[in-house]
Amino acid sequence: MSAPTASRPVEQAASSSVPLIEAKGVTRILPGIVPTTLVHDINLQFRENEFVAITGPSGSGKSSLLYLLGLLDLPTSGEVLIHGKATAHMAEAERAYTRLSQLGFVFQFHFLLPEFTILDNVLLPMRALDRLSAEAMQERAVEILSALSLSDHLNKRPDQLSGGQRQRVAVARALANDPPIVLADEPTGSLDSHASEQVFQLLRDLVDKQGKTVIAVTHDLGLAQRMDRRIQLIDGGLVGETPQDSPPQQ
Amino acid sequence: MKLILTIAWTHVRSRARHTGFAMAGVATGVGFSIMMAALMQGSQDDFTQRLVNAMPHITVYDERRLPPRQPAEQSFDAIEIHGLTPEARRPGIKNPLATMAALEAWVPGGIAPSVRVQGIIRYAGRDVGTAIVGIDPRREAAVSDLPKQMRGATLAALYRATNAIILGDKLAEKIGARIGANITVQTSQGARIGAHVVGFFHSGVRQVDEGTAYVLTRTGQILARQTGLINELRLRLTDHLSARAIAERIESDTGYKSVAWQEANEELLSAFVIRNIIMYTVVGAILLVASFGTYNIVSTITHEKARDIAIMKSLGLPEATVRAIFVVEAMMIGLGGALVGFALGYLLCLGLGAVEIKNPFLDANRLPLAYSAWHYVLAGMVALISSVAAGYMPARRAARVYPVDIIRGAT
Ligand SMILES: Nc1ncnc2c1ncn2[C@@H]1O[C@H](COP(=O)(O)OP(=O)(O)O)[C@@H](O)[C@H]1O
Ligand SMILES: [Mg+2]
Repeated sequence: MSAPTASRPVEQAASSSVPLIEAKGVTRILPGIVPTTLVHDINLQFRENEFVAITGPSGSGKSSLLYLLGLLDLPTSGEVLIHGKATAHMAEAERAYTRLSQLGFVFQFHFLLPEFTILDNVLLPMRALDRLSAEAMQERAVEILSALSLSDHLNKRPDQLSGGQRQRVAVARALANDPPIVLADEPTGSLDSHASEQVFQLLRDLVDKQGKTVIAVTHDLGLAQRMDRRIQLIDGGLVGETPQDSPPQQ
Repeated sequence: MKLILTIAWTHVRSRARHTGFAMAGVATGVGFSIMMAALMQGSQDDFTQRLVNAMPHITVYDERRLPPRQPAEQSFDAIEIHGLTPEARRPGIKNPLATMAALEAWVPGGIAPSVRVQGIIRYAGRDVGTAIVGIDPRREAAVSDLPKQMRGATLAALYRATNAIILGDKLAEKIGARIGANITVQTSQGARIGAHVVGFFHSGVRQVDEGTAYVLTRTGQILARQTGLINELRLRLTDHLSARAIAERIESDTGYKSVAWQEANEELLSAFVIRNIIMYTVVGAILLVASFGTYNIVSTITHEKARDIAIMKSLGLPEATVRAIFVVEAMMIGLGGALVGFALGYLLCLGLGAVEIKNPFLDANRLPLAYSAWHYVLAGMVALISSVAAGYMPARRAARVYPVDIIRGAT
């Protein structure tokens, strides 16, 4: 199983001393009558070819952290850097572009567009980025879907697939623009053990065979144990990390 | 761009019934706007056409716009002179034949001399104030439709009796005169003759039909009590729209007051302007109301598709693209509505044109309708622009949605 790798964007060729993605003192507080702290002073660095688990009890801020790393949410203070580039003050269009080209997102719920076919769902990010010709996009989408054993379902709609198949389509969509970083929020959370294992293997292969960095939220400690690095959150704060030496705390 | 179109089309299709209603609203607005414009313009064109046919395009009078400079003023220019008795001016255009020849040399169209006097027509004890115009029947065809407007006789009938007179049909009705009637004509110059009604004419313009009579030039001069008098030249141009410019030039060339038909009917024409303002206001209001429907449906779609919007934004589609999707949806509704509206408008015009009416103010028994591509272009553009404007607001709101808010809620 190997999804084809298109030419990497130039930014990635930058020296490996710069982390792929970095959180510097990231704090996110939801304003309100009683302000809620989602995450507090998070410092993390992720390099190429890492397979990272974010664990923690329900409500500990795992999803919130992932949204911040994925530029879906903005920190109240602190900064998320992609390839060493600060993102907090980027214009909306540039942030969207960074998300489109550098980040792939897989949510717990598949979040496919219900009115579009599987193929069109996977084509959507490519069409939005508009880097390839229509034929090349089509070819690549078919290749990715075939690699995920979905070639029989190209023209089906999401509601015609099983939960595991839909989640694999979501992974295919996350890979559409060949981003170096894939963020997954409990990607196996809604799946049975068989489908869950399939999706896990898929992510494993992304790291091992394509050199991508996958950061996945999971509360399945068994799965977390099989990843290369584990980050634990409690009440929005970083409480532990294994292996211990991995991140240089600042 | 193709992506935007695809998504927009999918949304519109998934809401076919509602978008259908919104489109029907736009179509109705466009259709009725086109019908109204055709009707307004049609009746205006029809009226203008009749006006242009009934009147000379330019009338040159034996008057000047400014009081003539007195001889003393001309000789002693620097001095202000009071108490002069103004030199009495003999009425009439001087050297009418020479003036006409000069004009004929450059004016595209025909010229005819005439003598116009104000008189009273008396018949069976009724007096009616009338403009009496002495004409040359052989030249008349070059400057007016009078020969075609004759009823019961031809213009040549003027030669058939001494003091023959042709009356407007409404005027004849008013005094109860029939062909062969002997009427009395009296003028302010003190002339009084018996005249013989030889025919009627009908121009279709009420004021003319009620208040004009034609006689031979010679008879006119008798009524004016001045032999050889020509006090107006009437011109018909090959292009009636050039009347203003030509009238101006005639006036500066000859010094005589020259009035183009537009100037003579300024009040009527300015009434048309007001009518058009009213029409455009009403049409604009119709299309505005139609655009509320578009606003409604685009708002509905953005609410229904809130999750899809969040997904697209989380994938990295920029705000501008998401906004464009919904603006394009509004545009599709506007465009679809406009196209259906074109068909509707055309059918309404056909239907209206087929209706027979009896209207005492119109000669035709069908409504005059103007078919102009402009009406369609204009109504279509207004519909499209107002649809886009109506779609823009919800589109902007939708594009600003913060994807995390919706994603958090869904997981
Ligand atoms: N929109 C919100 N309003 C208020 N509290 C919220 C909102 N979103 C998340 N939270 C709270 O923030 C905390 C972190 O949530 P989340 O990041 O989803 O945790 P996890 O993914 O680890 O379960 C939780 O206590 C949750 O209840
Ligand atoms: Mg969560």
